[in-house]
Amino acid sequence: MIVAQQKPLEDIRQMARGFRRLLVLGCGTCTTICFAGGEKEVGLLATSLRSVLGQEIEIEEAVVQRQCEWEFLDQVGEAVGRAEAVLSLGCGVGVQGIGERYPGVVVLPGLNTAFMGLTEAPGIWGERCMACGDCLLHRTGGICPVARCAKSLLNGPCGGVQDGHCEISPENPCAWVLIYDRLMQQGRLEQLEEIIPVRDWKASHSGGPRRIVRPDLREMVEEEV
Amino acid sequence: MTLRAALAQGQFVVTAEASPPKGTNVAGAIAEAEHLRGRVQAFNVTDQQSSVMRLGSLALCYLLKERGLEPIFQVTCRDRNRIALQSDLLSAAALGIENVLCLTGDHVKLGDHPQAKPVFDLDSVSLLRAAAGLVAGQDMAGKKLDGTPDFFLGAVVSPGADPVEPQLLKMEKKAQAGAEFFQTQAIFDPDAFARFMEAARPMGKPVFAGIIMLKSAGMARFMNRNVPGVHVPDRLIEVMETAKDRQEASVGVAVELIRQLRPLCQGIHLMAMGWDHLLPRVLEATGLAAQGVV
Repeated sequence: MIVAQQKPLEDIRQMARGFRRLLVLGCGTCTTICFAGGEKEVGLLATSLRSVLGQEIEIEEAVVQRQCEWEFLDQVGEAVGRAEAVLSLGCGVGVQGIGERYPGVVVLPGLNTAFMGLTEAPGIWGERCMACGDCLLHRTGGICPVARCAKSLLNGPCGGVQDGHCEISPENPCAWVLIYDRLMQQGRLEQLEEIIPVRDWKASHSGGPRRIVRPDLREMVEEEV
Repeated sequence: MTLRAALAQGQFVVTAEASPPKGTNVAGAIAEAEHLRGRVQAFNVTDQQSSVMRLGSLALCYLLKERGLEPIFQVTCRDRNRIALQSDLLSAAALGIENVLCLTGDHVKLGDHPQAKPVFDLDSVSLLRAAAGLVAGQDMAGKKLDGTPDFFLGAVVSPGADPVEPQLLKMEKKAQAGAEFFQTQAIFDPDAFARFMEAARPMGKPVFAGIIMLKSAGMARFMNRNVPGVHVPDRLIEVMETAKDRQEASVGVAVELIRQLRPLCQGIHLMAMGWDHLLPRVLEATGLAAQGVV
């Protein structure tokens, strides 16, 4: 899932100041699951904003299943139409989705989108994927060194490993120690003997914003039309 | 005689660390190197060590070279992508620099510009491969070079890392990729180093054991807490704690370590940590004073 965190209330207050009608719009998928932008968080934030912004602002609340899909955004057209600004509690994709669907309305980000990851334990989320565009998990015991090593090293740990942890964030295990342990457990350590060649970073964001076009699906759509 | 030639002849070599200044005043760094003229084989010039922004390694390498001192150009993957790395390697070759030490580099978060965007386009293994490729006459894109460098490539290894097995696997990859010598993180435990060398020796590459001048018990404890792969045993901490003259004690510790490490490896790499003036004494006491030909 996409993991996000609410911006400090003061930052949100500064952004929202001056608007008279605000729609606080949650997202029912990733940010609900990471307790940053679901129904409950929308309610709490709206209440806080009413108290810090007072009578000057009228706040409406809503949640859509996913802010990153047109069909769900279409369901809140009326509420968006009543608002001067939409405060999105979706990820950065959601914020932009609202803006693309309703270009006339001001969209404000209520969250900082952090990473793609999973819930390690209740209340703890960890990064797992950086969408590099050229997955190599089959070569590294299913543990991603691109996302989980601070230097995205491909051929083993640097000298900064201490008690199996990363020197720059001791709360994080060294990705290469995890990879080594996993492959040892699987009896596949020989996987680590081969040099992993340099990456073609074009497939990642380094190659510019990415877009996928599936001709097979496009054809189906065009036939229907 | 060059570092490459000295090693080919089976000489036990001594290298010393040289740190570029923060600023343009290179007088101190040059004076420290001059102090060791004729006593060490080569000067390993750091590349913004600990991610602290400084004058570049290449510039100081050149200034040493101009004075007839042999530099080792340290290159890290932290600040440059493959275009800049290859370009700097060619620049070094054009300036007559032959020795290159290829490292991953510390993370920017550890330095004095922690907000910077780190690069790490390559890792130390692929940097070695790229440098070896340049020597073979082509760049990473497979394009032919007009004039090729002739590098003597080195790499680093941390024998005290926990766990050490992945380090050894990576060392093997570095040797495969073109490393002709290895320099280690600071060693304080000769027995542990002997065990490491058991595993490293079959790779057939010369290893220079790192020696840091211990300045105080506090420094030892600080390194034990904060520097991965460095373990100063309690016995040495006590030596420093009870010393009447810490500089005397520091020389004594270094001399004892070098005597124990010398039969195990092919050279030592000295890191003075500001106590450069003590290095000649360390070298004289260990019989290593007449290193290098200048």
